[in-house]
Amino acid sequence: MKISGAKIVVETLIEQGCDTVFGYPGGQVINLFDELYLCRDRIKHVLTAHEQGASHSADGYARATGKTGVVIATSGPGATNLVTGIATAYLDSVPMVAITGNVPCSLIGRDSFQEVDIVGVTMPVTKHNFIVKDVTELAETLRMAFKIAKSGRPGPVLVDIPKDVQIAKCEYTPESQPVVPYPLNFAKEEKLAEAVELIKKSERPYIYFGGGIISGKASEELVEFADKIDAPLGCSLMGLSAVPSDNPHFLGMQGMHGHFASSVAEDEADLVIALGARFSDRATGDKNRFAKNFSIIHIDIDSAELDKNIPSNLSICGDIKDALSRLNAMIEQQSHDSWSARIQELREEEAKRVESARSGRELDPFAIVDIVSEYEKDCNIVTDVGQHQMWTAQRYPLKNPRTFLTSGGLGTMGFGMGASIGASCGTGKRSILFTGDGSFGMNLNELATSVSQNIPLIVVIMNNGVLGMVRQWQTLFFDRHYSNTTLDERKTDFVKLAEAFGARGARVFTQQELRDVMQEAMAYDGTFVIDCAVDCDEFVLPMLPPGGSIDDIITEIK
Amino acid sequence: MAKQYIIGVIVSNISGVLSRVSGMFTRRGFNIDSLTVGETESGEFSRITIAFHGDHEIRDRIIRQLDKLHDVKEVEILDRHETVTRELLLIKVRNQPDTRQDIMTAVEIFRSKIVDYSPSSLTVELTGETTKIDAFIELVKPYGIMEMCRTGIVALERGDKCLKTIKN
Repeated sequence: MKISGAKIVVETLIEQGCDTVFGYPGGQVINLFDELYLCRDRIKHVLTAHEQGASHSADGYARATGKTGVVIATSGPGATNLVTGIATAYLDSVPMVAITGNVPCSLIGRDSFQEVDIVGVTMPVTKHNFIVKDVTELAETLRMAFKIAKSGRPGPVLVDIPKDVQIAKCEYTPESQPVVPYPLNFAKEEKLAEAVELIKKSERPYIYFGGGIISGKASEELVEFADKIDAPLGCSLMGLSAVPSDNPHFLGMQGMHGHFASSVAEDEADLVIALGARFSDRATGDKNRFAKNFSIIHIDIDSAELDKNIPSNLSICGDIKDALSRLNAMIEQQSHDSWSARIQELREEEAKRVESARSGRELDPFAIVDIVSEYEKDCNIVTDVGQHQMWTAQRYPLKNPRTFLTSGGLGTMGFGMGASIGASCGTGKRSILFTGDGSFGMNLNELATSVSQNIPLIVVIMNNGVLGMVRQWQTLFFDRHYSNTTLDERKTDFVKLAEAFGARGARVFTQQELRDVMQEAMAYDGTFVIDCAVDCDEFVLPMLPPGGSIDDIITEIK
Repeated sequence: MAKQYIIGVIVSNISGVLSRVSGMFTRRGFNIDSLTVGETESGEFSRITIAFHGDHEIRDRIIRQLDKLHDVKEVEILDRHETVTRELLLIKVRNQPDTRQDIMTAVEIFRSKIVDYSPSSLTVELTGETTKIDAFIELVKPYGIMEMCRTGIVALERGDKCLKTIKN
């Protein structure tokens, strides 16, 4: 039977296992939304306040579940509003399919109303993208989009569908199964043997892992590997939640705002084993002063990451889960007693430094993180971008992979609201969003979505009245010229704002107030905004200055 | 050390591929010396030949990034010693009685040919390796180059080695 392109889209989404899509209607996707209406008992559409929010929701859904997130928007501004969300997913390797409507083929290229070349616009921030001009190619193209999005290193794919293609009809045969990703690459045996030799020779090995451990489902293998080679574990921001925070080998995130112990341990190591990570400038500091004292083994599924940022001594392309489980089988138990003792020293040193660097104010950022974590149970932990993100990343005790959602690569302020909603839709669990008054201000309109969808969501605003991260740089490197980072004039009352949106809200100044409100918020089946008063001179420490190295580490600001 | 590399790339013959390939170079800050593209013996694929300068790290990064593009089916560095490379030049030179003979001599020595002739201009077609093309341009420069157009490098490996065996 012949069906319309719009129906083919919806049927193909359902066939690919998609249960929820996020989006916003518009002129060039009315047909598609009509089909979503007709199929509303088979696939749920979540209407957001803004297309950007929808794109972050699809992203959050994907990060929390591991499934491919889907977002739908109309042509022109609808499509361009997705771009930040697509780029966010691209930089963090999140599987996503973005579907946009476009003007009919006959109007393309004529600067028609709400026409934009979204394929051209998103080319550098997608794994691949398509424009479908023939309805007979529509189903196959969508299947290919899912295949590309979830194969190897995941990422976003955009499919642009002109309106006449949504209207045109053709035969459609459903597939019984979702598409299977391209086969994975596996590490070559001789390369792994070389790695084993390097590891056996090493006296001070250090493991630096990234988000690849999560997308490669290799957490268990990683923990076993660390035990087996007796090495400390440090990670990039994207690696957080791959390993439980209380794992005895785990030192936490390294890099610009990473833990003192992990950054120093890496610097003192004689061998760094990088797993599913890309040596981003935020994780390494000055590339010319990085890796002067150690050799590097780099394993990644994406061969283009090998030797891209930091040249390695041994680079291995292959699936990380497979590589680690084979390494675990190949290598006998190692032990490095003096190295372990040194790591223990670093931990103790770090504990002292952390305590002495704390401001002593009652409701300081770590107190907020600690109290929230005490009351939290089985939630998605989400952040926006800025100081609050780093405080949460440094401090929050995480247990399971995919429970910490943050915009790592792109550093997208405003990511959090959409991502929290998407994560809750995907997992059915409560989300807790740590945000700042700056980040929250960017996409707080999505309170409308979380209220309308009755999302169990706690928004913890670390409200310091400033754009704290930029202000911190201004304090340190720009003679305290607080150019455009003071938000005092805004006078936004976040409690009233929450209430205006139909959510609940409370402002807290003390630890006890926060405890009381957290208890209330965890019991509330809806959206709760907690506005925490934080001093504007709380700093994120330690800090490796941009372009600096471990020698320049700042652990105190007077 | 920076040197020139030539890579052969087999891509799907569909619209937008050239943007994806050249866009990768722009986005990652790699410079292209020349880029040529044309259909292959199969209508399904096009062949792009790209020349660029860089060290071996840049070379490897370019290869790996190209290899990631969905529409790129095959990428290979072409070994300079095992590859035939050619460029085509069309060059329009001022036609003046006192220099005409010198130009004709150069045309003959370079085994090129005159493909258009007018009282005030003559157009020469020349095929060869880049160095030969450069030398010819230098030679005729004093006679007054009116305009010129060169294709950039195309290249095929010697012998029966092929970048991609395309089934007909």
